[in-house]
Amino acid sequence: MNRDSNLYTFIFASIMVIAVASSLALTHSSLKEKQKDNVRNEKMQNILATIGIYTSRESAEEIYTKHITEELSLKIDGTNDQSVSTFNISLNKELKKPDSEQRYPLYVASVDKDKFYIVPLRGAGLWDAIWGYIALENDFKTIKGVVFDHKSETAGLGAEITQDWFQDSFKGEKILDKKNNLVGIDVSKTNNDPKGLDKEDNQVDYISGATITGDGVSDMISERLEKYTSYFDKMKKI
Amino acid sequence: MLAKKQKNKKSSLFFINKEREPLFSKKNRALLSDPLDDNNPITVQVLGICSALAITVQLKPAVVMTISVMAVMGASNVIVSLLRDLIPNRIRIIVQLVVVASLVALVDQILKAFAYDVYKQLSIFIGLIVTNCIVMGRLEAFALGNGVWKSFLDGVGNAAGYGFILILVAFFRELLGSGKLYGYKVIPEFIYDLGYQDNGLMLLSPMALVTVGIFIWIQRARNRKLIEKN
Repeated sequence: MNRDSNLYTFIFASIMVIAVASSLALTHSSLKEKQKDNVRNEKMQNILATIGIYTSRESAEEIYTKHITEELSLKIDGTNDQSVSTFNISLNKELKKPDSEQRYPLYVASVDKDKFYIVPLRGAGLWDAIWGYIALENDFKTIKGVVFDHKSETAGLGAEITQDWFQDSFKGEKILDKKNNLVGIDVSKTNNDPKGLDKEDNQVDYISGATITGDGVSDMISERLEKYTSYFDKMKKI
Repeated sequence: MLAKKQKNKKSSLFFINKEREPLFSKKNRALLSDPLDDNNPITVQVLGICSALAITVQLKPAVVMTISVMAVMGASNVIVSLLRDLIPNRIRIIVQLVVVASLVALVDQILKAFAYDVYKQLSIFIGLIVTNCIVMGRLEAFALGNGVWKSFLDGVGNAAGYGFILILVAFFRELLGSGKLYGYKVIPEFIYDLGYQDNGLMLLSPMALVTVGIFIWIQRARNRKLIEKN
C-alpha cells in the first residue's frame, strides 16, 4: 500500500494508538497492587520515622501495628469520628473542604512508656505540593521529629527539605511561644541561631535559595497544628 | 517496485546492514565518539539546554538523568529505526513522540512497582526526558534513515555526550556551590574556618549557563574546526 495515502496513515495511526494504549493500560493494571503497597508502606515508614524508628519498607507494617496504638479522625471540636478510617484519609482532598467538614487524622504512638502524637501535614512549596508528618511529645509543645517530602521542588534547593540535616533542626523545638500561644515553627532567613542551639525561639535556619519552600513548610505546620488545638487542650487537662 | 519493497524489508529486519561491516567499524565507533566532542549535543548543537540548567545543581540527579536518557534514547532509536519503512511520512513526528512518551511512561510504571526508591528520586526527571529535544532530534535526523544497530549507537552516543557535559557542569556547581560531591562533604572544615565560603550563586540557574559557556570556550579553543568562519 502507498505509504503516503490517507488510508494507510489512518490505519497506521489507529493500530499504533490501540497497541500503545493497551500495553500501557495492561502494565498499569497489572502493577497497580504492587504500587499501592509501596505507597502504603512508605506512609507507615514516614510516620514511624518522626518518632525516630527507621525500618525497611518490608517490615514497616509489622512495626507500625506494634507502635501506633491509636488512629483518630478528629472533628474540628476535638472529638473522634469513628466512622472514618484514619489511615485512608487523603489530606489532599480533605483540605478542599470547609473546616467543619474536614476530618483531622492523628496517630498516637507509644514507645516504651512515652506517648507521641503524630500529625500529618500538607501544604504548598514553590512548584507543587509539599507534605510530611510532625510528631509532638506528651506536653503537646515539643517536637519529637519531623519528616518532609515534596512533589517537585528544585533539586539542591527546595528539595533539601527531605534531608536529615534540615529535619533534624526541628527536633526539640517548641511550637508554642513563651505565653503558650501556637506559633508553629518559622523557617527563618534572619535566624540568629544558625546552629539551632536555642530551642525556645520557634525558629529553624532556612535553606539558602529556597525561601519560598521554607515559607511553605512554616505555613503548613502552623495551619495544620492550629486545627488540633481543641483536642490538645482537652488532652492537657486530663 | 516489488524488488525495491523486498530490499527495504530486508534492511529493516536485519540488525546489521547488508554490507556486513563489523559491529564496531570505524564509522560505527565514530557514531559513539563524535557526540562526545566534535558534535556534542549541548556545546555544539546547543540542544537540551533547559534540562541541563535544571538538574545540574547536584551530581547525583545528573548521573541518574544521564543513565535514564541513555536508556530511553537507545530504545527509542531502535524502535523508530525498526519501524522506519512503515511510518507514514506525514505523521512521523507524532509517531516519534508516541514512541518516546510511551517508553517513558512504561519505565515510570515499572520503577514505581519494583524500584520505589529509585522511582522517588527520578519521577521528576523521567517526565523531563520526553521534553528533551535531543531525543526527538536524533530520531528525526538519524533513526528514520539508518539501520537499527547504527541508530542504537547514535542514540547511546548522543546521550553520553549530553550526560558528559551534564556531569561536568554538576561537578563544578556542587563543588563550588555547596562544597559537596555526590552529597558528601569534600571541602574540609578548616578551610571554612580560614574564611572560605560556598558560592551560593553557583546553585542558581544562570551559573549553569555561564559554566556551559566556559566549556564551549575551552572546547573551541582546543578544537579550531568548530569555530564559525565569518
